[in-house]
Amino acid sequence: MLFDLEDVDYSRAGARVLHGLNAGLREGATCVAGPSGSGKSTLLRLLNRLADPDSGRVLYRGGDVRDRDPLELRREVCLVPQLPALLEGTVRDNIEFAAHCGHEDADADRLLELAGLDGSFADRDAAKLSVGEQQRAMLARALAVQPQVLLLDEPTSALDESARDAIEATLTDLRRRLDISLVLVTHDLAQARRMADWVVRIDGGRATSQGPVEQELTAR
Amino acid sequence: MTSSIDVTLGEVAASLVLVALAVVLSFWRRADLEKDIGIAVVRSVIQLTAIGYVIQAIFDEDSLALVFVLIAVMVVFGAVQARQRAKRVPHSFVPLLISLAVAGGATLGLVVALGIFEPEPQFLVPVGGMVVGNSMTSAAVALNRLGDEMSDRAREIEATLALGATSTQAALPTLRRSLRSGTIALVDSTKTTGLIFFPGTMVGMLLAGADPTDAVRLQLILLYVLLGAVAIAALLATTLAYRNFFTPAHQLREPPAP
Repeated sequence: MLFDLEDVDYSRAGARVLHGLNAGLREGATCVAGPSGSGKSTLLRLLNRLADPDSGRVLYRGGDVRDRDPLELRREVCLVPQLPALLEGTVRDNIEFAAHCGHEDADADRLLELAGLDGSFADRDAAKLSVGEQQRAMLARALAVQPQVLLLDEPTSALDESARDAIEATLTDLRRRLDISLVLVTHDLAQARRMADWVVRIDGGRATSQGPVEQELTAR
Repeated sequence: MTSSIDVTLGEVAASLVLVALAVVLSFWRRADLEKDIGIAVVRSVIQLTAIGYVIQAIFDEDSLALVFVLIAVMVVFGAVQARQRAKRVPHSFVPLLISLAVAGGATLGLVVALGIFEPEPQFLVPVGGMVVGNSMTSAAVALNRLGDEMSDRAREIEATLALGATSTQAALPTLRRSLRSGTIALVDSTKTTGLIFFPGTMVGMLLAGADPTDAVRLQLILLYVLLGAVAIAALLATTLAYRNFFTPAHQLREPPAP
């Protein structure tokens, strides 16, 4: 398993978000699917230690994430948030910042191409891009740290249908070209069906079922 | 009033006419400032009268130890006061205390070491008061901005942490803006000094009949000392306080709303 979550409890501002959650996320492409407020985004944040559970364990490739240096873990398991949140400056500034975090050299043109943008975007002001372009710039920025796993929080929720299809195609292409695993949070079961090999369904802070996509979704 | 510095209580009372005008304007515009103006006037009378006697006693004793005690008390009160402006910053008192103490200590120490002022109460008390007061305002404004930004930009900061950035790297743009907020007012007023306002020390010396050249030189020294002090205070306060927003594992203690 890529990730195992064992009896995970997590509360926020006194409200329980996850309770007794047990789930396994496989290498390849896993979708965490569930309705709004079910704890999907919180689960994703536990995977690269943007937060730690109140109790229970999160294992990454068999080892407790708490035994890992959080910075190294996040460079290996990189999260792209739901809403674009780029730094002030150009797209290139953002990419170079991320590369610097990951102690890597940035080839902005290649990274933008991987994320489905042409090189001319590198010198554009990040704040002046459309939401879809910003989402791709976020993806290019995340790729600059050369992660082994990408955690994607509702990457197409703010996009129209054609932009959504384009991002999905980009992610599928990335998997093939870079051999990285994806964990994709979505409330859209059709998207889970299109993108994932493995599905974990959660509701009310608990995993309700998990399995291969054809078993979990197609049969229902 | 003549060019001497004998000021009667009647003259002070006369200046309250302008305060009354401000109260009338506030009432007319329903700005709801009357109570605050009243409190400000009463507090200024009590506090300045009290400090006048304290300074007189320190001058009479001619004791550097008492100067140190006075400035230490100002630093503590300054930190308490500044904390009110930095409510969104967790545990802001210690960073404020340290920043005011270092800004005050470093600038006063330096002006004495450079021979700009003699190490005597007559110089250290007024300069120390200005340094601590301006440092307090600067640190308070900087931390106020820091608290707002850390909350308003939590998504951006967490997105940066998610790339493997350290908390320092993630907070750096916010720290820069906060530092700028804390120092920009004094920088701007220094730029315009003499053109659209006359600073207090110079005005006071001119009123007291001092030579204008001396008044200007002393004012320049004070402006430069204050610039250094406010920069140190804002820099230290933000540098020490931002850590309180993060856990040792580079996580935001208050993550953005989902």
